Amino acid sequence: MDVTINKIRKEFERFPALNDVSLKIASGELIALLGPSGSGKTTLLRLIAGLDFPTKGEIFFGDEDASHHSVQERNVGFVFQHYALFRHMTVAENIGFGLKVRPAATRPAKAEIRRRVSDLLDMVQLSGLEKRYPNQLSGGQRQRVALARAMAIEPRILLLDEPFGALDAKVRKELRRWLREFHDRTGHTTVFVTHDQEEALELADRVVVMSQGKIEQVGSADDVYDRPSSPFVFSFIGDSTQLPVEVRQGAVLFQGEALGIAEPGERTGQLFFRPEDVELTEARDALSGKVTACRRLAGTRIAEIDIANDGHAPYHVEIEVPLHAPVELGSDIRFRPTRWKIFAD
Amino acid sequence: MMLGFSLAYLSLIILIPVAGLLWRTAGLGWDGFFAVLADNRTLKALYVSFGTAFLAALVNVVFGTLVAWVLTRYNFPGRRLIDAMVDLPFALPTAVAGIALAALYAPNGWVGSLFMPFRIAFTPIGIVIALIFIGLPFVVRTVQPVMEELDREVEEVAATLGANRFQTMTRVILPGLTPALMTGFALAFARGVGEYGSVIFIAGNIPYVSEIAPLLIVIRLEEFNYAGATAVATIMLIISFVMLFVINFIQAWSRGRYGNG
Repeated sequence: MDVTINKIRKEFERFPALNDVSLKIASGELIALLGPSGSGKTTLLRLIAGLDFPTKGEIFFGDEDASHHSVQERNVGFVFQHYALFRHMTVAENIGFGLKVRPAATRPAKAEIRRRVSDLLDMVQLSGLEKRYPNQLSGGQRQRVALARAMAIEPRILLLDEPFGALDAKVRKELRRWLREFHDRTGHTTVFVTHDQEEALELADRVVVMSQGKIEQVGSADDVYDRPSSPFVFSFIGDSTQLPVEVRQGAVLFQGEALGIAEPGERTGQLFFRPEDVELTEARDALSGKVTACRRLAGTRIAEIDIANDGHAPYHVEIEVPLHAPVELGSDIRFRPTRWKIFAD
Repeated sequence: MMLGFSLAYLSLIILIPVAGLLWRTAGLGWDGFFAVLADNRTLKALYVSFGTAFLAALVNVVFGTLVAWVLTRYNFPGRRLIDAMVDLPFALPTAVAGIALAALYAPNGWVGSLFMPFRIAFTPIGIVIALIFIGLPFVVRTVQPVMEELDREVEEVAATLGANRFQTMTRVILPGLTPALMTGFALAFARGVGEYGSVIFIAGNIPYVSEIAPLLIVIRLEEFNYAGATAVATIMLIISFVMLFVINFIQAWSRGRYGNG
């Protein structure tokens, strides 16, 4: 089921939580809503589910305007961060709940419900645990029960709110891979909310980066990492350095000095670059600073550099340096960005 | 240390008086004890006491839950005031409550006159009303905190799975409240069985009809029939203990099933 979100605005007591948000989700896509807390990502997910209703704008499921449909009518699978399992029901009863509450006309027979529940348990690899109660399961198992329960109603779209947020790092990684496989197998249109960029970049077909109630950028992991479209995306995703620069006659000037990199146009703005996109150089026209720290980070070595700022606090820059040629603490170092982006002020 | 203190404390407050009660009753011997038990007036009084307490506790579970729900889920002007008023039956001298209720529900009272010729006060129904008044805070105050901790997400998830409000209520919310409801029921029931002050004003105290067991105990005392009084008390004690034990057992069982109550 493809979903179209058209110019949605959502206010909570006059305060806009979402402002003019539009998004097209293709059928079968796995989409991540990524942003810091307060960015409106969970609000958007709840609006799609019908747990909240927009102040303005429409939501289409396929061609059908679902904006005013109740959550029951929308037939969406929703998984909460803290599972929200029914504590007084067994695993099997939890999964079968959505089928049992259907009106008599569309409710499957008991044997059919049992069969479907057992299929779903297979699918989430929890066979044999159907008689357990939720408090007898681990966090990862509970989350998979919640997912099976959501899948039982054959939802048109699957919505996951921080699905791995309450799990420890190792389980989270496993479950993340498992969810990707699960999605590839079932082909459900899936939207999940996360504040963990690694999770979003690794898992999603497309990442929707949100900030302050707006969509900043929509794109693949490569798009948002390599071609960020706004200063927010550049600094939110991955590590980056930001320096105020001027562009004059095709050259980039920092503190009035040329940096030896070329950029068309005439403007002042913010230069962004990533630690790995720099080269060390001996040339005079380059950034220069003092090495204040040097640390080993898995397969790379990161140098922390302070660039003097005439009476103000120095600019703090982190760059990647060659692994086998460590730089000396306190030494002066010169470098240039090899890939960068300048956003006009 | 703490254990010793607790035991000593419990002994002084509960165990020694109960032992004294049993000691006194033992003075009757089995034959005397069964004679008291078999006495029709005793049986009727016990029946009235336990029957009305049971009914009142049932009513309180239903409406107390409703009150607790409104107090936790709705925000309306005067909510805090009503919340505070729930505790009034704890604080009000029971005799005052009994007199006020009797005046209201008497055949010539404001409410009672509406129901004439059907009589409310001076019948077992009057007793039930007094016990509802006395027992309400027990249910509200046990259910309310559990309700406040109910996870809204569980209700939302039920809705996404297609459950309507009624199904969410009966299949998701109420089962989660069951242990608290049973505790509230047990407390209200136990209190109702032992209640004296408010009941005697509204009950009419007609032997065999609306005479409660605690009153019968007082009557026996006034006749200087101490053994007879303690015998009735012992029977009440045994029945109450068995009922509370059963309720506790059910609670423990449901707790074991799904974690905390």
